[in-house]
Amino acid sequence: MAQAKDSFIEIESAVVRFAGDSGDGMQTVGERFTDSSAFAGNDIATLPDFPAEIRAPAGTLAGVSGFQVQFGSREILTPGDEPDALVAMNPAALKSNLADLPAGGMLVVNTAAFKKMNLAKAGYETNPLEDEDLRNKYHLVEIDFTSLTKEALSESPLKPTDKARCKNFFALGFMYYVYGRPLDPTLKFFQDKWGKRLPDLAEANTLALKAGFNLGDTMESARNRYQIIKAPFDSGVYRKISGNEALVYGLVAASKQSKRELVYAGYPITPASPILEGLSALKHFGVKTIQAEDEIAAMGMALGASFTGKLSVCATSGPGMCLKSEFIGLASITELPLIICNIQRGGPSTGLPTKNEQSDLLQSMFSRNGDSPIPIIAAHSSSDCFDCAIEAARIAITYKTPVILLSDLYIANGAEPWLVPNVSDLPDLEVPFADSSKEYVVYKRDPSTLAREQAIPGQAGLEHRVGGLEKNEEGGVSYDPNNHEEMTRLRADKVNAIANSLPPSELFGDAEGGELLVLGWGGTYGAITSSVRNLRTEGFSVSSLHLRNLNPFPNDLGDILSRFKKVLIPELNMGQLSLLIRSKYLIDAISYSKVQGQPFKVSELSNKIIETIR
Amino acid sequence: MKTALPKEEHALNKKDFVAPNDVRWCPGCGDYAILNAIQRTFPELGVPKENFVVVSGIGCSSRFPYYMNTYGFHTIHGRAPTVATGVKVSNPELSVWLVTGDGDGLSIGGNHLLHLLRRNPDVNVLLFNNRIYGLTKGQYSPTSEVGKKTKSTPFGSIDYPVNPLLFALGSESTFVARTSDTDMKHMVETFKAAHAHKGTSFIEILQNCVIYNNKTWEPVTGREGKSEQSLFLEEGKPLLFGAERNKGIRVNGFDPEVVTLGEDGVSESDLLVHNPKTSNPAYPALLSQLNYPTFPTPFGIFRQLEGRETYENALTQQLAASQSKQGEGDLQALLTGSDSWVVE
Ligand SMILES: Cc1ncc(C[n+]2csc(CCOP(=O)(O)OP(=O)(O)O)c2C)c(N)n1
Ligand code: SF4
Ligand SMILES: [Mg+2]
Repeated sequence: MAQAKDSFIEIESAVVRFAGDSGDGMQTVGERFTDSSAFAGNDIATLPDFPAEIRAPAGTLAGVSGFQVQFGSREILTPGDEPDALVAMNPAALKSNLADLPAGGMLVVNTAAFKKMNLAKAGYETNPLEDEDLRNKYHLVEIDFTSLTKEALSESPLKPTDKARCKNFFALGFMYYVYGRPLDPTLKFFQDKWGKRLPDLAEANTLALKAGFNLGDTMESARNRYQIIKAPFDSGVYRKISGNEALVYGLVAASKQSKRELVYAGYPITPASPILEGLSALKHFGVKTIQAEDEIAAMGMALGASFTGKLSVCATSGPGMCLKSEFIGLASITELPLIICNIQRGGPSTGLPTKNEQSDLLQSMFSRNGDSPIPIIAAHSSSDCFDCAIEAARIAITYKTPVILLSDLYIANGAEPWLVPNVSDLPDLEVPFADSSKEYVVYKRDPSTLAREQAIPGQAGLEHRVGGLEKNEEGGVSYDPNNHEEMTRLRADKVNAIANSLPPSELFGDAEGGELLVLGWGGTYGAITSSVRNLRTEGFSVSSLHLRNLNPFPNDLGDILSRFKKVLIPELNMGQLSLLIRSKYLIDAISYSKVQGQPFKVSELSNKIIETIR
Repeated sequence: MKTALPKEEHALNKKDFVAPNDVRWCPGCGDYAILNAIQRTFPELGVPKENFVVVSGIGCSSRFPYYMNTYGFHTIHGRAPTVATGVKVSNPELSVWLVTGDGDGLSIGGNHLLHLLRRNPDVNVLLFNNRIYGLTKGQYSPTSEVGKKTKSTPFGSIDYPVNPLLFALGSESTFVARTSDTDMKHMVETFKAAHAHKGTSFIEILQNCVIYNNKTWEPVTGREGKSEQSLFLEEGKPLLFGAERNKGIRVNGFDPEVVTLGEDGVSESDLLVHNPKTSNPAYPALLSQLNYPTFPTPFGIFRQLEGRETYENALTQQLAASQSKQGEGDLQALLTGSDSWVVE
């Protein structure tokens, strides 16, 4: 036994996937495993993957929920193409996940669930665990989590059904053993979550977790243990953060840095609801949140707040964006600052509400009537949502314009370690309102930014009207043909002028150019960067550029594109950025599309890059 | 230089509220009288001029903010209640007035109006009811009567109309009133009462569209109609009407009926006595069913519920409670969280 314990195999990184029924608590154990890994000093990236139905019939394929995490001693940019270890809590989970597990991979199953009824529900005619091919192909670990958990909790006062629910933590404990993860963060989680309210439950989960860990110690088949040393992080304070959390914190930070109260209005929608929920809990930061009657109302409330000089925000996803269109046009013509976050998901219509897609770039660009350009920025990772919230606020307040901030389900729900910034290092976002002692001309512009000044209700002597009708510089309604053209041009020029405020683009690779540039935006950053990094070490002439500003594009983009023989644009849509790049820069950019609700795999991107270069 | 003087010294008058823009309603449109009434009311409310915000949707009526020399927002069709909510919640000091039409407020914007009323922010809603779509040139509206012939209903409308007051009551409105563009004094009184009410005030204003629905309210609000067909509600007074004030409303079972004093032994004590403060919505709902030609049309305050918290106050209180419980938010602590780790 002692020998087994010490026989750690050192590896650089690993990918573990937990899969089970929606009611099995797979998201919870995935989160805990992630926390524990982050605590152990590894870099991490996660991919929660759950069905749209809250509880599809137990045991069915439709109800399978999964959580994948990659952790390692080097920089981890994606949750991993395929798992090294798969934990399948029932036959349905096995069936829908097994194809992703490579030969030789570790397959941990809860044998208790492989009974006739569950097998039938998953569409198995015979028990796959008895299949010789399966047993030969994978490193199969069969454990009866259900009865072992019951046994471990024999003394617990919990009801039998509640005891049975602790089996996910038993399984987690076992995986902690295999990968040498610390138990402490999870034990602390039990105490924080249930210690006071439901001490029996905290105790039962503690017992289950420890029993699972100890089982590893006594089991033959778990003799392989893996060790992943700490990743080389810069020094500082770190925490794990998801994209939606980072967005919430970024908005609160932007409010503080701009000295404007944060007013947020939202209507529940996957995957944006956690932003409404997160901000609603931050009332002690002076954050006002309103759950509106729909997304139109949310946008109207936010616009009303903008008019009074607040930092106003709403967040939604594709269907909600459709509803907001008319109001976004009003925000554009009245030139009021506002942040609209779109946490993208698979479309069109209700589409794939719990799956990822870079669905709405063209919608962001063009979904309004008339010429109504508005700035668009996209976050490239979970922690980048924090910086993007601050950048969106800077653009909105400085240029008096609505800004669309694109995130997506993958980075919203996924998590990574984040070097916590020092509040004193955050940028100053303060922009003054119009001066009450001077004459106020509503749409008079600053010559460099082309932005107007904003006066707010309560400022005496600056009373004025704004509205959706075309107006002249004084703010009076005007149907004059030349005025309309001038105003339309000014609004467009103003948005374009934002590019003058952007830092030079950060190219990964060869500044002087080369064979291929991979151009991306949003949540594909990790996959693109990983494959470009790998291929560069193999000697390929490939570089990558990841755009944060999608409207306007950075001023140096055209020049960068011209330095490469070919430009490849991988997107989780039918080629939306590609269309914009081709039309703006008149280059023969190659679009690489995937619309399966799943992120790019590093391997498929790498293959495409090699194929494009050859 | 233009700055506001302290309230006491600054005697605002009607002219202060007249915007420089030309008013562009059709000559004879009822909207002029309403504009006039508001411009007379505002100086008397004791609110600094810069604290007024007039918000509207789209329609002839919704051009209103352009003609008021205050902060104003002409928004989009039907959605003004949302913007008004945002304004009031953001800055509870402001006096927020919302102008909407029967199409704007009850067709495209019905849902927003419902939610504004139930949330009860201190916003004053003026619904200009001309029973027609004015700005789009004369199609029927959700308050047009069945059988109404318009450009879009050449064979008569088959839609059953919505009763704006009953809608407001059903939406849990705390202040519900009706007035008319023909009665300046009554408009000003009603607007003042709406301003005094803490919570959302809903006022239906019977308004004449001379071009597309002329004289739609004439039988009730015209010179003759007013004395015979209007019933002016006064708190604590019996429901009396008629040129000779000898007719009244009595309840028989669940139903109201018109009775004449002195006939069949009817005396004033048999009549309903007006109580806008009763919390039972059945009473104002009953009043909302009194309509021409079977009944006189009531004007005045149907309902005035006191004591329900305004949305903005409830929110402000939650903020204050959170701050006193958790202390003022510490951003660095929020960012660092409780599960952070240090890399040396
Ligand atoms: C989204 C949208 N749909 C349609 C219109 C066209 N439209 C403008 S005003 C109006 C109806 C106005 O009627 P009402 O609210 O009764 O106002 P009134 O003109 O009678 O004062 C319509 C349908 C619009 N402006 N926006
Ligand atoms: S169309 Fe009717 S409502 Fe519109 S301005 Fe003319 S009279 Fe007034
Ligand atoms: Mg109308």
